[in-house]
Amino acid sequence: MSVPILSTRDLTKTYGRGPDRFDALKGVSLDIDRGDSVAIVGKSGSGKSTLMHLLALLDTPGGGEVHVDGTNAKTLSGRKLNTLRNQMFGFVFQQFFLNHATSVLDNVVLPLKIAGTGARERRARGMAVLEQLELADKARNKAGNLSGGQKQRVVIARALANNPQVLFADEPTGNLDTATGAIVEDILFDLNQNHGITLITVTHDHDLAARFNRRLYIRDGQLITTDEEHAA
Amino acid sequence: MKPLETVTTAIANSFRSKLRTTLTILAIFVGAFTLTITNGLGTGISNYIDSQVAAVGPSNAFTVTKTDASTSPGSGPQKYDPNTRVLAAGGRPGSTQVALNQSDLDTLAAIPGITGVNPVSRLSPAYVQWNSQEKYQLSISPLAGAQPQLAAGAPLDDAGSEPQIVLPSSYITPLGLPGNDQAIGQDVTIGIQDAAGTMHTITARISGVEDNALLGSGGAFANKALTAALTDAQSTGAPAATKNTWTAATATFTPSTKAQINDIKSRLTAAGYTAQTLEDRIGTVKTVINGIIGVLDAFAIIALVAAGFGIVNTLLMSVQERTREIGLMKAMGMGSGSVFALFSTEAAFIGLLGSLIGSAAAIGLGTAISGVLARGPLSDLAGLQILSFAPGSVAGVILLVMIIAFLAGTLPAWRAARQNPIDSLRYE
Repeated sequence: MSVPILSTRDLTKTYGRGPDRFDALKGVSLDIDRGDSVAIVGKSGSGKSTLMHLLALLDTPGGGEVHVDGTNAKTLSGRKLNTLRNQMFGFVFQQFFLNHATSVLDNVVLPLKIAGTGARERRARGMAVLEQLELADKARNKAGNLSGGQKQRVVIARALANNPQVLFADEPTGNLDTATGAIVEDILFDLNQNHGITLITVTHDHDLAARFNRRLYIRDGQLITTDEEHAA
Repeated sequence: MKPLETVTTAIANSFRSKLRTTLTILAIFVGAFTLTITNGLGTGISNYIDSQVAAVGPSNAFTVTKTDASTSPGSGPQKYDPNTRVLAAGGRPGSTQVALNQSDLDTLAAIPGITGVNPVSRLSPAYVQWNSQEKYQLSISPLAGAQPQLAAGAPLDDAGSEPQIVLPSSYITPLGLPGNDQAIGQDVTIGIQDAAGTMHTITARISGVEDNALLGSGGAFANKALTAALTDAQSTGAPAATKNTWTAATATFTPSTKAQINDIKSRLTAAGYTAQTLEDRIGTVKTVINGIIGVLDAFAIIALVAAGFGIVNTLLMSVQERTREIGLMKAMGMGSGSVFALFSTEAAFIGLLGSLIGSAAAIGLGTAISGVLARGPLSDLAGLQILSFAPGSVAGVILLVMIIAFLAGTLPAWRAARQNPIDSLRYE
């Protein structure tokens, strides 16, 4: 059996201390295989976002371990960690986090800029990704002037600019109407099925979760085997 | 992120909030403007003083007098020595100066480091006259080797046998000469009385006309040939003892470092002479001016420090505003060092802009004002450009402002750099 691209052992995370102490995660162990599509499903406050942040190495766990491609993330130096985030992961956020004042293309090539890619190659790669998401004609537009669906596609383009192996999405359709949401969903699943990108999505939308290979239900910081509320 | 990318991104970022950046730049502008102006004032006045100093005498010469111990308080009267003579001297009425004689000159010439000794002859010409017109009183600067600032003509020729004179420009019109340029090459008659009261006349050619000077005595300058002729005429009939005594001598030395000069000076002191360079004599003027410039500079620095807090504030707001963006960039693998570099470069760039605009405005306005002043209120002090800007010191000001801006930017930059990506992304 191949090494899982991401795996966790007894992952815990606590916020605050004393009477304000809040255990967001209470020992989560899981394995995600390369090319899989996984939905992390739970209500707000269940710890699903915390889990994704820990998987994406955006946050340090209180206890337990995260292994990326067989390597314990704790052993990685700051520089290696930055390179890993930059090269291996792509992020799609519900709130987009676009820089409205600059052009769509500039927004998309931000990860390449951080990586230190040359201007020419950056442009070529950025245009290729925009082409793929049918946004090439908007490349010069200000990001702030786009519609919600277009913005989400720009965010996906940005996440894909570095050819990531894992795409993290946090409520990718949360801010979109049903029709636009469906288009974005199709794009994400196409990337997973036809480009081999591992897709990890946090959502509370059960219809969206149903389209994934695997669903991890989380409640009060622990994985549960079935979706009890849904079943009930 | 590549260093060049950091710079271009920082520049682009600083223009994102135009009003805020503009206000900060204005604050820095005031500081840089003030600093450049005070600097220009310092340079302008120093330049002027230096040129004026050159007009008083050469910089590579001491004025040597015999040290008179009686002037120090509590020393009591000095024993009489038949070998010394005293002469009436300047200063308070009745003061005397122990005179130098030929043996003193020989002693001075023997001191290592001294290349030449000339007695200072006090010449007291009676009048100067051109073309049989009105006669005017004249004084002649006693120090050989002075380099007066000329409004017209050429410097004195000390090697030639033709008696030459440089007249202050204030003499030209009264003497009846048509103008500075026309005066060059004209012969003037100098009258001088000898010891017996007989008037001698000596003809000298005008080689140059001196600008109005700040430190100058208002007297004329004579070349060696004219000095010799005047000395001869003045001392006709004088007893030999007076002929060969002088109040002071000029001892020249090869231009050297301050330490070497002090060395020679201490040797002269040990031999019983008081030696002063030109620097010593007018050093106080410079000290006062440097003091004034220093105070003005201090005000400019205060303005700059205030502007520095403006930069801190601007960038802190910028960091606050861009919290999510910083978080996003860090999530995408941007290192803390790069984030720090990005924000501190932005600070330095704002500093650069402010100081460039400030310095440019100061240079433009300063040159204009200086020109107006030189033509108007300060026209009596010819050659004075009250504000002049040396490229080196202006570059120094710009660099200093950039350093202050950079330092001001480190706090916000550090705050931006240490942000946890996930906290930044959660920030609403």
